[in-house]
Amino acid sequence: MTFRVRIRVMPRAELLDPQGQAVERALGELGFSDARRARIGRAIELTVEAPSASEAEQRAEAMCEQLLANPVTEDFAIEVES
Amino acid sequence: METARAAEAAGLDATIVWHRDRDIAGADIVLLPGGFSYGDYLRSGAIARFSPILHAVREHARRGGAVLGICNGFQILCEAGLLPGALNRNAGLAFVSRPVGIRVERVTTPFTTVFGPGTTLRLPVAHGEGRFVAPADDITRLEAEGRVVLRYVEGQNPNGSVHDIAGIANAKGNVVGIMPHPERAVGAVGAGADGAGFFASMASWVPIVKGVV
Repeated sequence: MTFRVRIRVMPRAELLDPQGQAVERALGELGFSDARRARIGRAIELTVEAPSASEAEQRAEAMCEQLLANPVTEDFAIEVES
Repeated sequence: METARAAEAAGLDATIVWHRDRDIAGADIVLLPGGFSYGDYLRSGAIARFSPILHAVREHARRGGAVLGICNGFQILCEAGLLPGALNRNAGLAFVSRPVGIRVERVTTPFTTVFGPGTTLRLPVAHGEGRFVAPADDITRLEAEGRVVLRYVEGQNPNGSVHDIAGIANAKGNVVGIMPHPERAVGAVGAGADGAGFFASMASWVPIVKGVV
């Protein structure tokens, strides 16, 4: 089966995220001073051929660990749909 | 190119190896240059670590061979797991390109032997992702084991690196990654000559490895 996988990679919460800070400041300038704690990561979409959703998720997890996320600085979340 | 020239100026024999090659041609020292030598897709150095040549570099490092990663080369060594930590977006976000004060903290690496401990150098930096970060345990270990090779002079940290770290070594001391560009400061135009010592160190280190000294 083909599964659609969405991966969200985010900087670790405890780490400084200068991109998020800059965007938050810019939003403030635009009058969105209610916007707080902006953090910027990246989204990756791909498809995986796998016998089940849980196996597709395991494959995606391995991809994150080995390439898509840097384990030192980033966390990832995976969503799988058929 | 300028890295190879700087090495030659110090009397070393330099060969440029293409990233698709598989063989480092019996080199004593491997230099991974800076200057966006590879695409920065995904994260700096993340894709470069799959270059075929990295297998040979890893093997060379494992045997105790000397490896120096400069800037983008430092990012690659971290991504390849040859050095701990990672290099994140500069704290000030902007790409920084200017000379900064750098203190040599460790002189017992193949790249820093000619310096006196604590020597202060002025070297150019040029990067957008140079903020060294690592888990607290790794930082403690790096400091305790004397593996911080270069540190930005207080007040001159251009990117927000933890502990002002500008360069580190692996546990054996043979693999070193640094953010500043010594090859751009070897006495040619503008940037001074403080980088020449890195190449002079390598030149004095090679005969030692070969056992002729």
